[in-house]
Amino acid sequence: MPTQTRPVFLNLLQIRLPVAGVLSIAHRASGVILFLALPFLVGLLELALSGEAGFARAAALLQGIGGWMLRFLLLWALLHHLLAGIRYLLIDADLGVQAPRYRQSAWLVLAGAPLLALLLAGGLT
Amino acid sequence: MTARRLAGFRAWVWQRATAVYIGLFLVYLLGRLAVAPFDSAAALRAWLGGALLWVAFGLFALALLLHAWIGVRDVILDYVKLPALRLALLAAVALFLLANGLWLAGILMEVR
Repeated sequence: MPTQTRPVFLNLLQIRLPVAGVLSIAHRASGVILFLALPFLVGLLELALSGEAGFARAAALLQGIGGWMLRFLLLWALLHHLLAGIRYLLIDADLGVQAPRYRQSAWLVLAGAPLLALLLAGGLT
Repeated sequence: MTARRLAGFRAWVWQRATAVYIGLFLVYLLGRLAVAPFDSAAALRAWLGGALLWVAFGLFALALLLHAWIGVRDVILDYVKLPALRLALLAAVALFLLANGLWLAGILMEVR
């Protein structure tokens, strides 16, 4: 009879992942979001280029509450991926590898991406 | 052979090289959109159809497809262990990226 002898602890509410780990997961998640958003973005570009009526329709897709949320989500994913990517490049170049630098920069990216996304997404129009 | 060319250290280097170009282009693009958003199809067309930007955007699209391929492939290799499912997903991702790339190429050809 197989017995489980090793302790297994998978309570997601109690596991305390280091902030750099959260950043890493979010880097992947944001990358996958951007990948999945590709056809929408290319379609949006094509629509906006198709003429003034198409341009207005493309703009309308990004307006309203739904449009704002879409803008915010895509901008967050883009900015998080970009900022976290810059952080990884700096770490590759041996900058900010030591504690507490790598932890501070992880917090900076985690907080900075949504703030910058809010700023660039603009108001609810 | 072609898969090998984009594996291991080479993939790592390509991922970073494309990241630098994509990052630079994005900073420009986001800045451009924040400072002077396009207000008409004609303005957008004039911008994208300009020689310098047309080439820069084409390179951006190529870098993006390569970057996305390496990144999503890594995610699939990490999480999908079943060989048949892995192969099917990789093929779907490659097709998806190829289709988006051809679509973008068509748009670029049309705008110039």
